[in-house]
Amino acid sequence: MSFFTPENLEKAQVLVGLYPDKRSALIPLCHLAQSQHGHLSKEAMEEIAELLGIQPAEVMGTASFYDMLHTEEVGKYLVGVCTNVACLLGGGQELLDHASDVLGVPPGGTTEDGMFTLEEVECVAHCDKAPCAQVNYRYFGPLANDDFDNLVDDLKSGRLSDSVPHHGVLSRVFRDAPPMVSLEIIHEERRVMDEAKKARLAAQSQEAGGKQ
Amino acid sequence: MSDKIVTARVGIPNSYTIASYLEHGGYQSLRKALLEMTPEEVQAEVTASGMLGRGGAGFETGRKWSMLKQDPIRYLVVNGDESEPSTFKDHLLVENDPHQLVEGTLITAYAIGATRAFIYLRGEFALGLERVQTAINEAYAHGAIGRNIFGSGFSIDLVLQPGAGAYICGEETALIESLEGKRGYPRIKPPYFPAVIGLYGAPTIVNNVETMSNVPWIVANGGKAFAALGKGRSTGTRLFALSGDVLRPGSYELEMTSKTFRELIYDPDLGGGLKEGRTVKAVIPGGVSAPWIGPDNLDLPLGQDEVAQAGSMLGSGSIIVLDDHSCAVRAAWRITKFFNRESCGQCTPCREGSGWIEKIMHRIEMGSGTESDLDLVLDACDNIAPGLTWPPQQTTICVLGPSIPSSVVSAIKMFRDEFMIHIKEEGCPFVH
Repeated sequence: MSFFTPENLEKAQVLVGLYPDKRSALIPLCHLAQSQHGHLSKEAMEEIAELLGIQPAEVMGTASFYDMLHTEEVGKYLVGVCTNVACLLGGGQELLDHASDVLGVPPGGTTEDGMFTLEEVECVAHCDKAPCAQVNYRYFGPLANDDFDNLVDDLKSGRLSDSVPHHGVLSRVFRDAPPMVSLEIIHEERRVMDEAKKARLAAQSQEAGGKQ
Repeated sequence: MSDKIVTARVGIPNSYTIASYLEHGGYQSLRKALLEMTPEEVQAEVTASGMLGRGGAGFETGRKWSMLKQDPIRYLVVNGDESEPSTFKDHLLVENDPHQLVEGTLITAYAIGATRAFIYLRGEFALGLERVQTAINEAYAHGAIGRNIFGSGFSIDLVLQPGAGAYICGEETALIESLEGKRGYPRIKPPYFPAVIGLYGAPTIVNNVETMSNVPWIVANGGKAFAALGKGRSTGTRLFALSGDVLRPGSYELEMTSKTFRELIYDPDLGGGLKEGRTVKAVIPGGVSAPWIGPDNLDLPLGQDEVAQAGSMLGSGSIIVLDDHSCAVRAAWRITKFFNRESCGQCTPCREGSGWIEKIMHRIEMGSGTESDLDLVLDACDNIAPGLTWPPQQTTICVLGPSIPSSVVSAIKMFRDEFMIHIKEEGCPFVH
């Protein structure tokens, strides 16, 4: 049985077709798998390998390098609190400690109900809103302790379900462009451009010659 | 004319939509480049602009383009993997003006004769990914990407590639590896430039998001107009990402060299100053790889060479302010922890050294350090970047490793007393 749903399999095939070497679709396919399943399962990696014509171990080999690709289950909401230097100066470490108390798990831990995974993250480029956090890569900040408590309440009650989809859903916009322009067409166009350039240069030198 | 280039449209409602972009002159530069200019003429304007790359290394954009090997297949890759701590300028550009980025990318693709273009965007930019993908979809529908753009006889495809969380992928050869579906391991140099061997082994230009976002303006107004802004090698404007202990942190676009650090920090319309009664203790310019500068350097203009002459770098344009209530040991420890976490692990000095330095710095901050730890930590730093010079000596494949000592060495040099207080009083004297 296939891992990807028919709808996602169609998206996967579009992704594979975007690159001169289809292995380039590996990371986008991992994101697609996580959007479907919340994390990157063994079955997903096997199917991605098949789509790319490589071994599942090669998919694992790449995926294990990247912080955003989770081969183990994570909570519905991945809460990443930044403690890098700008957030540190703004109280990021204290925010992380508070988050850990409120959620009842240490950084890296997942709550028993599977709702939250807490992470200590590196700079997410939101430093004018320090201390900041991301939930499933959506930004929140600056966060005082009670702002964080309200955020957790909003997530629990579903009030943010439109703006913060479950973990794994990254971009909700997909490519809807026409098929790729073939290299043959591009090379033919460039040949025409080159000829026009040569003709132009020849005309210019003739003109310059005429002036002498 | 607005004194802003890349952020001119930031703040306009729905600035990220094609309707708004077209209303404000969008895609006119692409039209002009494709229909009225040759690729060489576009390159000549960018060369004349003197624009230095906005990613961090500050290499002349026109010169980089001219180094591209003229093979039949060549690529353009835009580096949007903004992860240098406290750098948050590309984040602003991709969310607020994605079409400007797309247009600049297409013009560049034409100028260098790329056969396909990619925008590699940091995975953590969920909204940015949605905005740029929407912009690409809209631009295809508008006829600005794809087959025979605006009837010019020039075709190109543009693909958005998401990252997946790895600082090192901002290094251009690691980014290329990642784009090839591999672990983000920087490649061994030489070749020094992907312009010779890049994506899939083909010549490739890698340019930063802000660099690309300047290109439409340069084509519209000419390289000379761009070069008229700023001073010396620092032409045009730059986005300065100001953070840390200031009242109004933010990304501010300023004409290069037009303001000093002090003005950026204290101007009520910019940084807005510090909390009541506080003073600047240190500034980390150009990203956490850069040596720190002290309060005596606040009158330096924000220019490439000016900051380099003071022994640091303008780098990614980020500026972190530490006031006199912030702990230098703690800041340097946290920066080392970051490098330790983000080291890709290929080279021993970086992989092992960052861990040792982080542990020693942590125990000093926590109050269990000894005086000899200062020599030990400097010795470990010296093993990563022999001589502790700036710019650092290279012992590793990429510059991540030799960047590790900067903050630690700066902190010890500038605030040795503070280290000694941590050691003697067995703890951090600051409240946090």
